[in-house]
Amino acid sequence: MQIPVEGFMYPNEVELQWSVLIVLYPFLTGLVAGAFILASLERVFMVKAVKPTYRLALLTALAFLIVAPLPLQLHLGHPERSFEMYLTPHRSSAMAMFGFVYLWYLLAVLVVEIWLDYRRDIVVMSQCTTGWKRLVYRVLTLGSTNISERSLHIDERVGWLVTVIGIPSAFLLHGYVGFIFGSVKANPWWSSPLMPVVFLFSAMVSGIAIVMLLYMLMCRLRREPIDMDCVDTVAKYLFYTFIIDFSLEMLDLIHRIYEADESFRSLDFMVHTRLFLSQVVIQILLGTVLPILLIGLTQVVKLAAKQRKRIYVVAGCLTMIGIFAMRWNVVIGGQLFSKSFLGYTTYKMAFATREGLLTAIVLTVLPFVILGVLVKLLPPWPEKKSAISSVAVAAYGAD
Amino acid sequence: MSITRRQLLILLPAAAVAWKSILAGTPEASPNYNMTEHWWGMLVDITKCIGCGSCVRACQMENQVPDGYFRTWVERYHVSDYDIENPKVDSPDGGKNGFLPTSVSDGKNFFVPKMCNHCADSPCTQVCPVGATFVSPDGVVLVDQKYCLGCRYCVQACPYGCRFVDPKKKTAQKCTLCYHRITKGLTTACCENCPTGARQLADLKNPNDPIHEFLKTHSVQVLKPYLATRSKLFYNGLDGSVR
Repeated sequence: MQIPVEGFMYPNEVELQWSVLIVLYPFLTGLVAGAFILASLERVFMVKAVKPTYRLALLTALAFLIVAPLPLQLHLGHPERSFEMYLTPHRSSAMAMFGFVYLWYLLAVLVVEIWLDYRRDIVVMSQCTTGWKRLVYRVLTLGSTNISERSLHIDERVGWLVTVIGIPSAFLLHGYVGFIFGSVKANPWWSSPLMPVVFLFSAMVSGIAIVMLLYMLMCRLRREPIDMDCVDTVAKYLFYTFIIDFSLEMLDLIHRIYEADESFRSLDFMVHTRLFLSQVVIQILLGTVLPILLIGLTQVVKLAAKQRKRIYVVAGCLTMIGIFAMRWNVVIGGQLFSKSFLGYTTYKMAFATREGLLTAIVLTVLPFVILGVLVKLLPPWPEKKSAISSVAVAAYGAD
Repeated sequence: MSITRRQLLILLPAAAVAWKSILAGTPEASPNYNMTEHWWGMLVDITKCIGCGSCVRACQMENQVPDGYFRTWVERYHVSDYDIENPKVDSPDGGKNGFLPTSVSDGKNFFVPKMCNHCADSPCTQVCPVGATFVSPDGVVLVDQKYCLGCRYCVQACPYGCRFVDPKKKTAQKCTLCYHRITKGLTTACCENCPTGARQLADLKNPNDPIHEFLKTHSVQVLKPYLATRSKLFYNGLDGSVR
């Protein structure tokens, strides 16, 4: 397949090395980090208004974290050797160390926090259910069936501690993804100390937006009223985080324009041509400015709940598109120009190949399927919890 | 047929040279090669390069480089008198089959052979997650093919575009400085086949290597010095427009 090239590329640069799957990877990990940070608002920072989203945010983070390494695995030339990263890691490699950050976050933070928070429910469900469900819940108890007040209090304290550890871990998780790109000095589009910070804030934006959307969607599916106090608070945090994120991105842009180093003409040309639609139109205008204006409107003008809901849905969807476009522009955009700054190549995305569009779609849908299973298994709804609680009280007493 | 003493004296050195060349074709394995005694690099004299592409062809044959990928290639630069920052560059099929004559008359034209810079502080080595890419004790950047994951991070990290992933082996590939040859006392395939001597293998630890005299007496540069990779691909006559 002939790849269209404009100007001069080093001969080995014509073919892009990192495909849409590598776009997906920071997108998914960003959702994990953002969702967890939203969850921590309630647990650590005592923002009680967002409580209805707490468990949903944790389950969302877990669903996306499970899928996050899959695009990397599919991208590797030798996936069967990927475990070598854990056995013989190269300590100077940002990518090698990320493997440990990922494992730490998955096993020491997220899974532990979810288990502690759900332990009481799991124990009760292991008693109330029958058949294979009972078996699943019994396995999930890990043999710990004590749900006395004292035991639950310990769960609560340990859970709080895990969340406190989890916040810097979530920062590390996605800041580190930004560092993987930002530390490549050969590539001026990536090489920036701002990259980890920009990645982190964009992660928070996308994570908060997806939990907000999922919460509203699930309320609708369950025919439950949306807790507007909760959604308004989440939207407020989305608004503030988005402003910081946008400011950082603009700072990076203005710095590049003003400094105008040797790579600038090449990058500027790219933004005005190959990346104009994905960066200027989709990422900046539709995916950032418009949602900020929309949510900003709800902050300054008193609108009816119905209107606010509509605005949040539209702004949330635009935000997700904008953040995905940001990942696209970083990963794909960073490979479209030559390191000689003398030419440009083209990204041709295949459809039904290992790294094609179909795979990307499947990997995007997969976390939602996993989330569906998790929600069935571990319902995040407070009323279910109270129902379970009453069963628990009946079964075990107040102890 | 009788040979006089004078004829014999002329023929013997010639025969010795011929015999040496025959021996060079089937070199002995080098059990005595000591990595710590060498520090390999290469000298490229741009003023001597005629853009014939022999080096590219020799490299591709010697190392079975897949079509469309390059361990070495040649670029042709055209720099007009007034626009040094915007050179026109081409490298059709990596310059493998040479270049068609150019009709542009203003400015200057020259050829720049490119390959791995065998950097002492190589960014590709730094980023490899499993250490499959490494700098050998004799200064050659190599890839362990049985260990490489094929993650392509090294390809992204190389500032000179010298790496690619083999479409069949799915591992990172690059110039090995013909390691299988230089450890046996031979030079690289590209150096051996360069008709003008524009490429010279250099052992920086060998005090008798002509590189030392050359570096002392010529204005030599490396590519992208601001990236501080401690490149060991030295260029004589490198124009400021070359990237």
